[in-house]
Amino acid sequence: MSDQCNPQSCGCGSSRASQDGDGDTQRRQFLKFGFASFAAMAGAVGFHSFEAKAQSKKGDAKGETCGGPTPALSTSGKLIDPITGKEIEKEPHYHSHAGNKAVREGIPNRKWVMVIDLAECDGCEKCTSSCSKAHNTPPERQWIRVFKMSGTAEKKPYWFPKPCFQCDDPPCTRVCPVDATFKRQDGIVLIDNERCIGCRFCMAACPYSTRYFNWGPVKNVVEAGYTPEKSTPRKMGTVEKCDFCPDMLREGKLPHCATACTMGAIMFGDANEDAVTDAKGRTYRLSKLLAEKGGYRYLEELGTKPSVYYLPAKNPTYDPPKIDESEIKEVAMNFGFAKENSNV
Amino acid sequence: MSDLAKKVEHQSIIDMNESFRMDGKGFKLWVGFLLVIILVAMAAYIYQLTSGLRVTGMGNYVSWGMYMTNFVFFIGISHAGTLISAILRVTGAPWRRPITRMAEAITLFALMIGAPMVMIDMGRPDRVWHVFAYGRLNSPILWDILSITTYVSGSLMYLYVALIPDLAIFVDKVKAPWQRKLFQKLSLGYKNTPEQEKILNKALGAMCIVIIPVAISVHTVVSWIFSMTLRPGWHSTIFGPYFVVGAIFSGTAAIITAMIVFRWAYGLKKYLTMVHFKALGKLMIALNALYIYFTVSEYLTIWYGRHEVDHRLMEVITSGIYGKMWFFMWAFCLFLPLALTVWFVMKKTEKYSLTIMMVATILINIGMYIKRYLIIVPTMMTTYIPAEAAGVKISYMPTVIEWSITFGGLAMFMLLYTMFSKIFPIISVFEIIEGIHQEGIEKVGVEA
Ligand code: SF4
Repeated sequence: MSDQCNPQSCGCGSSRASQDGDGDTQRRQFLKFGFASFAAMAGAVGFHSFEAKAQSKKGDAKGETCGGPTPALSTSGKLIDPITGKEIEKEPHYHSHAGNKAVREGIPNRKWVMVIDLAECDGCEKCTSSCSKAHNTPPERQWIRVFKMSGTAEKKPYWFPKPCFQCDDPPCTRVCPVDATFKRQDGIVLIDNERCIGCRFCMAACPYSTRYFNWGPVKNVVEAGYTPEKSTPRKMGTVEKCDFCPDMLREGKLPHCATACTMGAIMFGDANEDAVTDAKGRTYRLSKLLAEKGGYRYLEELGTKPSVYYLPAKNPTYDPPKIDESEIKEVAMNFGFAKENSNV
Repeated sequence: MSDLAKKVEHQSIIDMNESFRMDGKGFKLWVGFLLVIILVAMAAYIYQLTSGLRVTGMGNYVSWGMYMTNFVFFIGISHAGTLISAILRVTGAPWRRPITRMAEAITLFALMIGAPMVMIDMGRPDRVWHVFAYGRLNSPILWDILSITTYVSGSLMYLYVALIPDLAIFVDKVKAPWQRKLFQKLSLGYKNTPEQEKILNKALGAMCIVIIPVAISVHTVVSWIFSMTLRPGWHSTIFGPYFVVGAIFSGTAAIITAMIVFRWAYGLKKYLTMVHFKALGKLMIALNALYIYFTVSEYLTIWYGRHEVDHRLMEVITSGIYGKMWFFMWAFCLFLPLALTVWFVMKKTEKYSLTIMMVATILINIGMYIKRYLIIVPTMMTTYIPAEAAGVKISYMPTVIEWSITFGGLAMFMLLYTMFSKIFPIISVFEIIEGIHQEGIEKVGVEA
């Protein structure tokens, strides 16, 4: 995270300034750049952005140490590992408008994971609404949807927020005839809606019913600046889904849903660092968390290797959902023409 | 050439010339009727192009519906030609001879309707070229494109090569000057000399062997579109052979329907006799029984195993509207046609027999359509995470647009087939003559 900056802080993201090339601007650009590099390095020394801050907090509270050793700055200005003394490879400098190659490859050396603590989820759907707002989704389309899972005689009902599982062996990308949907090295599955032909094979192949299709004309807030990392502006006749907000990750921020979850039920992080963080700023060691709380992945037996883990709804902190059969919306048999871009 | 063969040839030239006539009132009405349906379908498609697929009944759960069913159905019908011409040619069944052309034409036209159905189903038909620009072999869709294009070009070639001798026979016998010109061009200087015949037969012999695995691969990969996914009811190893048998079954039913229609419309009683219908009837019994066997295996294993999603799938299939379709299919499209065909084959008199076969074969194809629909839609409704948990109940009902385009496809298929029979001899005259020489007129089954 360290070497990534956001456009506001470093200025390198603002391409307009670099285009109009008069000397003054260039000098300012240069200064900005210099500042940015410095800021980035300072950030690196202070350890990695959000995980780092959160980790130290947690460390303070419980006296635990999380993550690896803090890198040190060598005399030549390079980052070195304090134990081995070896130079730490720098990650390339990212903009939120990453190039096509970078978009397809993902953020280097990361393996994004999400952990959802079902015991902490109270079904408030803040994750859903903040996601929908950020991605300007049509009504009823929910990239992260909070299911009301009915219980059994032995098991109480529970809330079940479901984003895209970003499988490590995704059935959807395998079947795409044009490589429009792809798996990145950082674990994220994205869709390039400039390439998608709308065959919907990926929707048929996804066992988790995670994908949405733009059945009709779309309304976009902004029409320009499309990148698969933002998934917007959307296009008619193409597929979309939860994308783990790579544009936020590039800026060192949590995905919208995780930030919005005031319960701290949604944790997000990097499996390579073995750490996940929630909106409350608590950071956990991923492996430990999963082992202690009996973490599992939904329908793991399908072999899709999801990147989203669940912690079972054991002694839930909040009220379980009440399942009301009459609330289930029967979708009218549709002979009409006015069907909205709904999820049904 | 023997007198008998000469007589048959002479007679068939007269009869075929009669079938080329386009001034009949019935023909004009028929074509007009088809054109109206096609125009409605075109309007529907243009509407769909401008408004997007929202005008269909599909949604994010049932994201494939009637168009996909049409695709599988028409590709299935296309297997008629391969069976009749290629398999029967390889096995040397003499009664195939008068039917070959009809069968091969069905293959070509069914493919020409079936393949574009996928394009109609696409959200971005303007990006079809992406498949060639970015196509990757991981996707069963690419396998489909490869095998279907091979099959289309193969069957076109097969139809054409087998047509050449007839073009040579008819070139100076047809009345219309444009037809003469066309035949002259297309016959490539073929004159029915013994050497030419030898070369042609060699080519046909090789092609009929090559086309069989291609045809099998086509319907196998069509089934793989479904069985390569992890969805309940689709992820099945039986699907390849099951779809191939289903395709040959519905294709054979379609060819019998077509034979009865042509026999009635063009007065082809002498060429399409009980010999052919009985032989095809026996084949149908075998295919029907085989298909019942596959269908029982499919549903029994899904139901008996009681996997949670499989169980829910069976509930969808056997209840509500799908349940009605399902029971209708079993009773009226599998068992009833079987009984009717058995009765037909055992029957001594000709009375009503073709009506019975007409009913049986049409029922079979309605059933095959329902079967494909029941393969696609209920599975799409059966999600691993029950949709009820999201507060929705999934349903799918095709809209007027989908119905219009479907009937438009069917009408287009019939129009192409009709026009083909108006331009080219629908009975393979040279094959009949050849058969009279080689096997005798009784075996070929035509009447002098
Ligand atoms: S709908 Fe688009 S992303 Fe999905 S498989 Fe087809 S081309 Fe690929």
